[in-house]
Amino acid sequence: MAETVTVKVTVNGVEHEARVEPRMLLVHFLRDELDMTGTHIGCDTTNCGACTVLVDGVPMKSCTMFAVQADGHDLTTVEGLGDNGGLEPIQEGFHQEHGLQCGFCTPGMMLVSKALLAENPDPSEAEIRRAISGNLCRCTGYQNIVKSVQYAAKKIRTGSAESTVGGGAS
Amino acid sequence: MIPAAFDYHAPTSLDEALSLLAAHGDEAKVLAGGQSLIPMMRFRLAEPGVLVDLNHIEGMAGVTEEDGHLWIGALTRHAEVERSDLVRKRYPLLHEAASVIADPIVRNRGTVAGSLVHADPAGDWGAVMLACGAELEVHGPDGQRMVPIDELFVTTFMTSLSPGDIVTGIKLPIAGKRSGGAYEKLERKVGDFATVAVAARLELDDDGVCSAAGIGLTAVGATNLRAQDAEKALIGKKPDEAAIDAASRAAAEAASPTADNRGSVEYKRDMVRVLSARALRRAAAHAGGEG
Repeated sequence: MAETVTVKVTVNGVEHEARVEPRMLLVHFLRDELDMTGTHIGCDTTNCGACTVLVDGVPMKSCTMFAVQADGHDLTTVEGLGDNGGLEPIQEGFHQEHGLQCGFCTPGMMLVSKALLAENPDPSEAEIRRAISGNLCRCTGYQNIVKSVQYAAKKIRTGSAESTVGGGAS
Repeated sequence: MIPAAFDYHAPTSLDEALSLLAAHGDEAKVLAGGQSLIPMMRFRLAEPGVLVDLNHIEGMAGVTEEDGHLWIGALTRHAEVERSDLVRKRYPLLHEAASVIADPIVRNRGTVAGSLVHADPAGDWGAVMLACGAELEVHGPDGQRMVPIDELFVTTFMTSLSPGDIVTGIKLPIAGKRSGGAYEKLERKVGDFATVAVAARLELDDDGVCSAAGIGLTAVGATNLRAQDAEKALIGKKPDEAAIDAASRAAAEAASPTADNRGSVEYKRDMVRVLSARALRRAAAHAGGEG
């Protein structure tokens, strides 16, 4: 077996350190070493984006990076969203606009959207679709995902947003 | 899927990286963005015993114009090219290609140079660099040398570089006063490899006559291909419909596609013609100041 390496990362503001084999993928490190299973493994072929995390604020596929490569970096996973027990705008958007069905792609979708809105608080629909184009939703719920991101963008810009879902939700 | 075990090194200087490669020979692979290598390792199509990760070496990323050429550092990510204002304004071919590689998340990590030396014929940068007449700056055991792109690709996944070599950057001719380019890619969906793609670059003289032309093809041969007869069909002529039509037909002739689930040989060859014409029209418009 190859020599183990020390990985020291900050995940959602908390520092973690572990000794792992160099071949351990970042997604396995998060899920198996740190017990943070919000980051999903969808395809294992660098196609689906379910495993997306933010590395220093930039979306990366954690199945296509070794844990050791995250050493010294600042990671955000879906567990890091939300403040003071409440939802942050992107989560609220997905909630209000029914942006998830099975929920499997949702962590990746929210993280790429968060990165998009940090850079561009008023994206066009085309810009949103482009930003999430590396993330697959096999429920094909893209319409509502786009609306969720639009909701979050408005909430961030103006402090409030209204759901486009008609009537009282049952 | 779990890659086979390997020893990991993260050198902080080029010299250290070169020494590691010299020490480990064929056993070692260079890791840059890893967006092709890591999937191959997960599938155990690649099982290097040693990985030399270049990401800790400072100063190897960036896109700049200097000393009469455009320089793309070896660790420059696709997304950095895509977002570069300089590239957007002056190198439309590079901007367009960078914007359609894989998907946005992969583009944040994958590198231009890594993609080139991976030598996948369905890779986009190979066609672009062939069209541009790029050169790779390579450091190896015997020092530094420049490798013209025309001498890089040997066959699928194989280049003329040696295991001890590291690409440090890519040098492209600076955009002329009247130059233009375009990248036309046909893909089934975002993130898929090209069914066919065509890179075109034109330089016009003061009379609007083509003084230089570059046409590179993606996914229609054992390597990215340069369509030299198509280039010759344009040089010395105005890029009007007749010249573009002749060049596009020559580009289709240069292609040698294989049939797969993306299309038949005939379909792909004809798409080379169609996409070449579209790319050349846009390149000509851009070079002529209409772009």
